[in-house]
Amino acid sequence: MRNWFQSQTWHKLKWPLAALALVLAYNFFFTPGFFQIEIKNGRLYGSLVDILNRAAPMMLVTLGMTLVIATGGVDLSVGALMAISGAVAALLLTQTALAVPAVMAIALGAATVAGLLNGALIGFLQVPPIVATLVLMVSGRGVAQLITDGQIITFSNPAFEFIGRGAVLGMPFPVVLVVLGCVALVLFTRKTAAGLFIECTGDNEKSSRYSGVNTRLVKMLVYGICALLAGLAGLIYVTNIKAADSNNAGMWMELDAILATVIGGTALTGGRFYLLASLAGAALIQALTTTILTRGVPVEWTLVVKALVITGVCLLQSEPFRRSVQSLWRKSPA
Amino acid sequence: MNLRQIKRNIPFAATALVCLLLYAAAGAKFKDEGFLSLRVFISFFSENAFLGIAAIGMTFVILSGGIDLSVGGVVGLVSISLALLMEKHGMHAAAAIPLVLVMGAALGTAMGVCIHCFALPPFLVTLAGMFFARGLAFVLQLESLPITRYFDGIATALSVPLGGKLALPATAVILLAVFLIALWVAHFTRFGRNVYAVGGSEPSAVLMGLPVGRTKIGVYALSGFCAALAGVVYSLYTYSGNPTAGTGLELDAIAAVVIGGTLLSGGVGYLAGTLVGVLIFGIIQTAITFDGTLSSWWAKIVIGGLLLGFILLQMLLQRTQSRDAAH
Repeated sequence: MRNWFQSQTWHKLKWPLAALALVLAYNFFFTPGFFQIEIKNGRLYGSLVDILNRAAPMMLVTLGMTLVIATGGVDLSVGALMAISGAVAALLLTQTALAVPAVMAIALGAATVAGLLNGALIGFLQVPPIVATLVLMVSGRGVAQLITDGQIITFSNPAFEFIGRGAVLGMPFPVVLVVLGCVALVLFTRKTAAGLFIECTGDNEKSSRYSGVNTRLVKMLVYGICALLAGLAGLIYVTNIKAADSNNAGMWMELDAILATVIGGTALTGGRFYLLASLAGAALIQALTTTILTRGVPVEWTLVVKALVITGVCLLQSEPFRRSVQSLWRKSPA
Repeated sequence: MNLRQIKRNIPFAATALVCLLLYAAAGAKFKDEGFLSLRVFISFFSENAFLGIAAIGMTFVILSGGIDLSVGGVVGLVSISLALLMEKHGMHAAAAIPLVLVMGAALGTAMGVCIHCFALPPFLVTLAGMFFARGLAFVLQLESLPITRYFDGIATALSVPLGGKLALPATAVILLAVFLIALWVAHFTRFGRNVYAVGGSEPSAVLMGLPVGRTKIGVYALSGFCAALAGVVYSLYTYSGNPTAGTGLELDAIAAVVIGGTLLSGGVGYLAGTLVGVLIFGIIQTAITFDGTLSSWWAKIVIGGLLLGFILLQMLLQRTQSRDAAH
């Protein structure tokens, strides 16, 4: 255990956790009933559970985004991918008699194929990641609207709705999905060579290729995983509101996911990544949003606050900024 | 003209060709509805004036090797601020408009400082800038606000009669004026040459003793200013201030610039190409409106496809170019 507290994981995890603790402590003193958790109909209710439940789609996307950023890329299309998978699922549910698992598989498959396409553009054709995913961000929402014919498709299917509204052992099912996804990815990246390949691709692509890492496949892999997780988040979104809304599904999701990853200490230049710290970052963002809402501050402020937080966090990580602050510090006492 | 220069002009030539083909195809299809008339041609510019102005600012940013995702947010912020200043606070247009323009340029400068002085990635800083501006716009007011004063006067004063019933609307006049000034800045000033040099190779520009920092910050300030002007033009076009104005505009602007033949790696491109890119936007949108059965999201898909096609063309050209250099 002592070893673990000296590890990189803990080193990166402690800052988002400290910030999260600060937000929670504020709520402990100023928001009555914030820490109350009750059990109704065999499932947990309360602000804390609510934060986790609402953060679940963002957390899933963040997991994928962390891997993408670790390779030195970025995926701006996650919001559009959420819209596509939601639109496909809603269309299949209302127009065909397919079973729920088949619907899910096709919806997730559609998102994954789009993600692999991103990966192919970036890995094989060396298109800059911002641009390649920007194309899908522009046209993806258009494709989603084409699928739903511009309408908001509503549906009612209890089995399918379990994804967003069900509960396992009292925990909301989206939270369970996040835990499963995180465990699977941690095992995949830390117990196989995949994590090493991803990190070395981000650290130095050229030398990785010379030492025999297939960096192109690695890139396809991470964009595929990211798209799959975004598709899953899209399914949670549509089942939460029981409708596929191509215009609003996953709106602003790309920035939230990038923000969470950066707060978690994964550098935008690629290299080492920290999945748990990214999740803590996502929880922090949602806790901040919920706090803003429960304090009665207009919801519009969340955008401004997020923008300032992400700029601040990035400035703290920037070497020139640290140096200039340090030199100010040294000058001022004298 | 040697081979290298010809290669440099392939993207622009392809753009002009695509534009002509689209215009001819749409013109042939909607001949009876008067697609080829001068009135429709003017509307390509007047209806997309705010996109064009934002895209001109974006051209400088991309030429310098950066990217600016904040333009859409700035348009929304400027649009609602202008309406509030004039309608709620009784400010005169002659004071309110320069004020919001300075605001846009200041935000751009702040982002430029973050990017250059603190070595942060441009896309991240400007993404945060987009959130900041859009959030602030929503904080100011959630609903759109009609503008009832001054704008009638401005619109008539700036429009240019073309004989008969035709007139060049104020929005198109502003776009063309901005284009001409930008053309002069890009090709006939020291700042313009520096932008191309920094985009071509930043280390070389540093070694040549060019003011790289001033140029980079200036480019983002210029883009912020153009975005603010686009916001003013948007308000002038709709006679209202709207905090959601310009949602997704940054993508359209980038698409117009890239389709216009400017290389995303920086250093190569023309403002004229950007104007042709905006024209392509106008043709596609107008053709979809003329058709009546196609939905507006087809525009997004077609633009996405075109953008992808031009990026692939750029990659192909760059690859052959680096192979040439290796030989």
